[in-house]
Amino acid sequence: MIRVQREDFDVGAEFDRLARGNHRIGGIASFVGLVRDLGGGDPVAALTLEHYPGMTEKKLAEVEAEAHRRWPLDAVLIIHRYGRLEPGERIVLVATASPHREAALAACHFLIDWLKTKAPFWKSEETPAGERWVEARAEDEEAAGRWDKG
Amino acid sequence: MKLLYFAWLRARIGIAEEDAPLPAEVDDVAGLLAWLRRRGPGYAEALKDPRTVRVAVNHDYVGLDHPLRDGDEVALFPPVTGG
Repeated sequence: MIRVQREDFDVGAEFDRLARGNHRIGGIASFVGLVRDLGGGDPVAALTLEHYPGMTEKKLAEVEAEAHRRWPLDAVLIIHRYGRLEPGERIVLVATASPHREAALAACHFLIDWLKTKAPFWKSEETPAGERWVEARAEDEEAAGRWDKG
Repeated sequence: MKLLYFAWLRARIGIAEEDAPLPAEVDDVAGLLAWLRRRGPGYAEALKDPRTVRVAVNHDYVGLDHPLRDGDEVALFPPVTGG
């Protein structure tokens, strides 16, 4: 399931909903991304996330479908927020549920790596020197590329 | 053709979206970028380095040789930084 929203989410409530009624599920793996208070060595007062409505949902659904192709998953949840977020706030949740931990953990890692390089989101940071756009990191491309061989 | 701009491309070009008939001399993404660069200094500045510009047509990433049709939704944006 994909959700793109401005509002925060409750991780515990999302886990409950993900596994409810399905007792094949042996575990849920998750990644929660948070806003940091430093960017490129400068203090960051807030991030603003912009996205491309329509394409965002399409790319997240493709990444989710690819995870289902590669691993035996009972459920996948991706929630990505947009708008202005302050340090400590949640940005993204990826959760994967599977009968066994290997599939859940690997699929969760895959999903956050691919999402970072494929979903059309952009961050700008509020710093003492003014607002600036966050630059894409080569490390993120490399992390996503590790999964290309499948 | 609907053109959409995001993040610093939007800021440099100065608008988020516009409608434009597909110019007769444009048949692919590379041609569109060249045509846009001639539209004004904001466009030329935003699109000067093709390595920093990603292009999506109808919500899918495409390369410079992707053919364009009138009616396409074409989005131009920098490399993504979500997650």
